[in-house]
Amino acid sequence: MDEIFGIPAPLLFGQLLLGLINGAFYAMLSLGLAVIFGLLNIINFTHGAQFMMGAFAAWMLLAWAGLGYWWALVLAPIIVGFTGIILEKLFISRLYKLDHLYGLLLTLGLGLIIEGVFRNQFGSSGLPYRIPAELSGAWDLGFMYMPIYRGWVVVAALFFCISTWLIIEKTRLGAYLRAATERAELVQAFGINVPRMITLTYGAGVALAAVAGVLAAPIYSVNPQMGSNLIIVVFAVVVIGGMGSILGSIITGFGLGIVEGLTKVFYPEASATVIFVIMAIVLLARPAGLFGRA
Amino acid sequence: MELGRRSMLGAFAVSTLGAAMPRMGRAQAANTIRIGVMNDQSGTYKDNTGPGSVACARQAIEEFGAQGFNVELIAADHQNKPDVGVNLARQWYDQGIDMILDIPTSSVGLAVQNVAKEKNKIAINVGSATSDLTGAQCSPSGLHWAYDTYQLARTTGGATVKAGGDTWFFITADYAFGHALERDTGDFVKAAGGRILGAVRTPFPGTTDFSSFLVQAQATRAKVIGFANAGSDTINCIKQAAEFGITRRGTKLAALLMFITDVHSIGLEQGQGLVCSETFYWDLNDRTRAFTRRVLPKMPNLYPNMIHAGCYSATLHYLKTVKDMGVAAAKAATGTDIVNRMKAMPTEDDAFGAGTIRQDGRKLHPAYLLEVKSPAESKAPWDYFKVLQTTPAGEAFRPLNQGNCALVRS
Repeated sequence: MDEIFGIPAPLLFGQLLLGLINGAFYAMLSLGLAVIFGLLNIINFTHGAQFMMGAFAAWMLLAWAGLGYWWALVLAPIIVGFTGIILEKLFISRLYKLDHLYGLLLTLGLGLIIEGVFRNQFGSSGLPYRIPAELSGAWDLGFMYMPIYRGWVVVAALFFCISTWLIIEKTRLGAYLRAATERAELVQAFGINVPRMITLTYGAGVALAAVAGVLAAPIYSVNPQMGSNLIIVVFAVVVIGGMGSILGSIITGFGLGIVEGLTKVFYPEASATVIFVIMAIVLLARPAGLFGRA
Repeated sequence: MELGRRSMLGAFAVSTLGAAMPRMGRAQAANTIRIGVMNDQSGTYKDNTGPGSVACARQAIEEFGAQGFNVELIAADHQNKPDVGVNLARQWYDQGIDMILDIPTSSVGLAVQNVAKEKNKIAINVGSATSDLTGAQCSPSGLHWAYDTYQLARTTGGATVKAGGDTWFFITADYAFGHALERDTGDFVKAAGGRILGAVRTPFPGTTDFSSFLVQAQATRAKVIGFANAGSDTINCIKQAAEFGITRRGTKLAALLMFITDVHSIGLEQGQGLVCSETFYWDLNDRTRAFTRRVLPKMPNLYPNMIHAGCYSATLHYLKTVKDMGVAAAKAATGTDIVNRMKAMPTEDDAFGAGTIRQDGRKLHPAYLLEVKSPAESKAPWDYFKVLQTTPAGEAFRPLNQGNCALVRS
């Protein structure tokens, strides 16, 4: 049992674990997208830029205000979420009655503008951000060296994913939200301020992206392109999971992270494409996605 | 989506240029030398080339001063796309640009050099890595200034093996540049008695997480992990190697193409101990420090790297040659004529010291093996490197007879 398919078992376990960690990012980002799409019917292509803004907010808080990682984890989502609310009020709210395509074009454009502004301001090669002292170091698992911070990322991502799912599925607020997606006029007639609820939902979805950005800052280079590298994969995750399905996006996020991790062992050259191959197959077999309602 | 946006931008750049050029008076044209800096002004290589290269070329023009003719400088973004670069080069040469400078990204660099060759105009490549520019694809009107893949492989690869790193594993960007760098370095490692234990080709662009590859590399127990990639790929590899404790276990990392601008972004905490090679470092000697002090006010929050300094050095040498020929003669001469004059004159500037240009277009100067300092060793902003070893100009680059350049055989 030392080898599985010609790959030493310890190496394979290591890759499974790493895949799970990457899956954590996919899950958090696709969750935000699913929430926004589910309630606003907007395909939020600004999501990658907002992920990047989260990482930059963490860097700015440290460099300009001296506030460390834990503060960033609380403040960055609030700040970036607030910018999301402004965007929603100013631009996105005007598009709810139009075709999806308009929302897609607007958010894509906004994303490119935000990315360009950051690149102009901070350059393209990125800024350093250190792992917080409490989480630096690593565990020796025998089959691999496991950085404590990566373990923390998985735990934190699971926490945020499950909380979001619970809020939407199990609370009164979540019930209002779900009701508003089905019959907005009816919910409004019961005295609930639907436009405000939608604005706050967008802010929350954006805040989730920012949290992922803060989590990513110590691992990846904090640079303006960091979001656009991830976002296309994350969209594929959302499509595979089923547009708008909260639980679907969480499970697919982690699952595809593992699939990608395994591809990196068996055929590294295909690791960037394997998710899209799966997407094509899923779309052929189940056009609504694995967890979507047709 | 990406494609549409970029080509639209390109079309915009070209059309605005076209509109701007004819307004320059015909009368002064005979007395004006025009230099066009073409590089990445908005993408991955913006910090390594971009506005820094423009600032350094401007510095050279300013220092050269008024010598009886005017010098104009324009800059544009080739977006790392060969088609955009080729169109821009044709337009620039047709509109009276005398020399095109920088041209990073090997694919674009080779394409633009071919346009220059066809039109017999000067292209001075500073930013590209491929040694083919002065090898099989060399051009009588082209020069290659700062560094190349052969020199990187030799300086970093050769020295690392000598220091005891005799078993290697490569993490290679899966495209022409990465393959060439892996091959060249592998040759040096083998020639020095080392062994290659394996390599993994990572998709480019689109890979942000390298931990799987690093763990695979570690599993082979290679003493050295060589990164045959560039820019944010290298930065991510190094950050993640530090995170996974790879260097702490005694494995050496060799960044085969890394600039001081990359070190700035990695940070000394995670970058310390890394070995890389540049042909210019701002803190080498009094002259490099003096040059850096002069140019810093123009730079975009960065210290100059070897590409930036190369743009300064190349511009200065070109202007000296024009003065030597006389501006009227230089305007009338073909690119090959001027380049031949440039090759005949020794180069001299604060950034690289004294140097020469070889028959195949290769500018020769020493190369430095550099090690990234620890945070404790670094005493000032951008005090990032200590020089481990200097390869003399005569040995740093590929021997003239091994490049298969047609100019050498004739």
